[in-house]
Amino acid sequence: MTSSTLFTTLIILLCAGLIYQKSSRRILIGFLPGSNTYKRESVRSRKIKERIAFLFLITCSSVAVLTTLGIVLSLIFESFRFFTLVPITDFLFGLQWSPQTALRADQVGATGLFGMVPLFAGTFLITLIAMFIAAPVGLMAAIYMAEYASSRARDIIKPCLEMLAGIPTVVYGFFAALTVAPFFRGIGDANGIVISSESALAAGLVMGIMIIPFVSSLSEDVISAVPRSLREGSYGMGATQSETIKHVVLPAALPGVIGALLLATSRAIGETMIVVMAAGLSANLTANPFEAVTTVTVQIVTLLVGDQEFDSAKTLAAFALGLVLFFITLVLNMIALVVVNKYREQYD
Amino acid sequence: MTEHISLPVQASQTGAARLKMRHAAERRFRIYGLAAVLFGLGCIATLFITIVSGGYSTFTQTVMNIELDLDRELIDPKNISETDFRKIVRTSIYELFPEVSGRRDKRKLANIVSPGAEYQLRDHVIANPDLIGTIITLQVPMSDDIDQLSKGVIRADLDESERRVSDLEITWFNALREQGRVETVFNTTFFSAGDSRDPELAGILGAALGSFYTLLVTLLLSFPIGVASAIYLEEFAPKNRFTQIIEININNLAAVPSIVFGLLGLAVFLNFFGLPRSAPLVGGMVLALMTLPTIIIAGRAALKSVPPSIRQAAIGLGASPMQTLMHHTLPLAMPGMLTGTIIGMAQALGETAPLLMIGMVAFIVDIPASVMDPATVMPVQIYLWSDSPERAFVERTSGAILVLLAFLITMNALAVVLRKKFEQKW
Repeated sequence: MTSSTLFTTLIILLCAGLIYQKSSRRILIGFLPGSNTYKRESVRSRKIKERIAFLFLITCSSVAVLTTLGIVLSLIFESFRFFTLVPITDFLFGLQWSPQTALRADQVGATGLFGMVPLFAGTFLITLIAMFIAAPVGLMAAIYMAEYASSRARDIIKPCLEMLAGIPTVVYGFFAALTVAPFFRGIGDANGIVISSESALAAGLVMGIMIIPFVSSLSEDVISAVPRSLREGSYGMGATQSETIKHVVLPAALPGVIGALLLATSRAIGETMIVVMAAGLSANLTANPFEAVTTVTVQIVTLLVGDQEFDSAKTLAAFALGLVLFFITLVLNMIALVVVNKYREQYD
Repeated sequence: MTEHISLPVQASQTGAARLKMRHAAERRFRIYGLAAVLFGLGCIATLFITIVSGGYSTFTQTVMNIELDLDRELIDPKNISETDFRKIVRTSIYELFPEVSGRRDKRKLANIVSPGAEYQLRDHVIANPDLIGTIITLQVPMSDDIDQLSKGVIRADLDESERRVSDLEITWFNALREQGRVETVFNTTFFSAGDSRDPELAGILGAALGSFYTLLVTLLLSFPIGVASAIYLEEFAPKNRFTQIIEININNLAAVPSIVFGLLGLAVFLNFFGLPRSAPLVGGMVLALMTLPTIIIAGRAALKSVPPSIRQAAIGLGASPMQTLMHHTLPLAMPGMLTGTIIGMAQALGETAPLLMIGMVAFIVDIPASVMDPATVMPVQIYLWSDSPERAFVERTSGAILVLLAFLITMNALAVVLRKKFEQKW
């Protein structure tokens, strides 16, 4: 079986080689004197081929634009259908989220409430906890790597920290739900505090760990990019290394650091699996990190997983949530990109 | 007078104190930095230790050797699959413990081996029909609770009400162990089976093949499109508004939450184009759109690192722009592009959320054979198992995570090796 596969591959390779050789020889002959007709043919066919190849390249590079267009249009279209069922003001400012659609007309609570405020409150609570971990740890790690660590140590530390970003989020979700959440609950029980097993704290902490490298890698780049002359000026005035970092390097790198923090925030807001596995399902408008909250992404998943018809307010609500989510992350990314680019121009 | 003399001394003393404070602050600051790095590394270590210590036992399975009487009266050689193999297995188990009576105890006793035993026996007899009429010894998996008991996850020293296994079952298990019937073997089922409701019969092959087909589609779509876009943007695109829009767009696309891509797939591929749910084809298409920015950005960086002198030399010798590209620039940029592609594929392999949206989250026992078959992928399998109530699925989940991480580490190591091998300083 394997030998026959090998054999076939060999034959294909041989054929490809022959064809390649033939075609390259033809071009060579085409340029020889005395073969005028052939030459003209070859150049013309070459031009046509080049034009086709060129068109292919342009088409491919517009796929990215088409994707964005597809995202925006599909989200807006489905959201529009949702807003014909539920008023847009109820969605944007409603304080209650219980997306039950009625089975019978006279059912209690049959209308379904689609207020997105508690979902975004939950999302921001978890994001805040995550940034509370990731921002100081990521920033200090970046400073240590850029300013203190030897280049050999940095070559080891940086890829190790970046591994945190490469681990699939479902693994973090499993870790949060099975290890971190019971751990916090145990601590809570021992101290007489009620900590929910789906607490915002557990999900936020694990999410914070996940986004450490988003903060540290980008921050390290911008800190390293601060010109040496600034540091040396500060040392010359008698400042210690940490004073230089705090008063000279960080202010100079601030736009880039802010950009990194914004990108990490947008990553945390859009993160799905950790919160699906470790955060709660029911909407809960609270600022207490020990309670269970739900997030936008969790609701999108719970609304859409499973076979459903796509004309109920319940399923369409997911697209409206997706639209708001997309819009928020887009704005954060745009600001971050602009801030980082401005800063780059300054020193290049 | 004395005051005048003492002043500078005093000043230098406070200066020394200040310097000491500043140096202490310096040390503290440095320690904060080190602590942050160690915290990050500690998280990685904790994560790995938790997963490995919880998951390594997946790769073994507790089995028992049992004599089975393939009575001619029970098996019709012409119609083997109609046989009541469950009865044969149960009779053999009851014979081991003749003292057990009563319906409930008997049922409990029968359940110490996996329900998969009868199918294993059936397949064995179908493959060897000449065994009918003899007594054979077969190695069958034990049930998940007994397996967990044997591995020490379910602790026998707890009170009976606090564990899933009753005292009676523990007595039976110990008796079997003393008879030398119980063995721990390598868990081949885990690597050769699809999903199952019974942990001891569940495997990751279905999910792994689902991942394979999905990634195949992703690679076939995103690699050519990504490379072509990178080439156009880096080599040919005029600096105009359209190009600028594409560039901003790609950067933004790289940071769009993955679940939004899932919504796109659901609205466009499933609802608009009517492609089948749960198919690796659709999953691959969605992931291709997600990995596209990664490949384009890496591809552009690779093209940028090829020095312009090479292009100029080719053009100077009369090569057309496309020939310059195909014969010179692209081959030199290829290693960098491949590295970016592998990293993009590794991201796609670990992605879960968008695939939940397009229905790759169903309970699928069959192993997919093509890109159109309903399938699930490894991260989704992990998600599904982590939700299962059986204690043994916790272990399987960690085991599946270990396999997934092994794939990811291999892919990333490959990317690093590739980069190191073809790295060129101009």
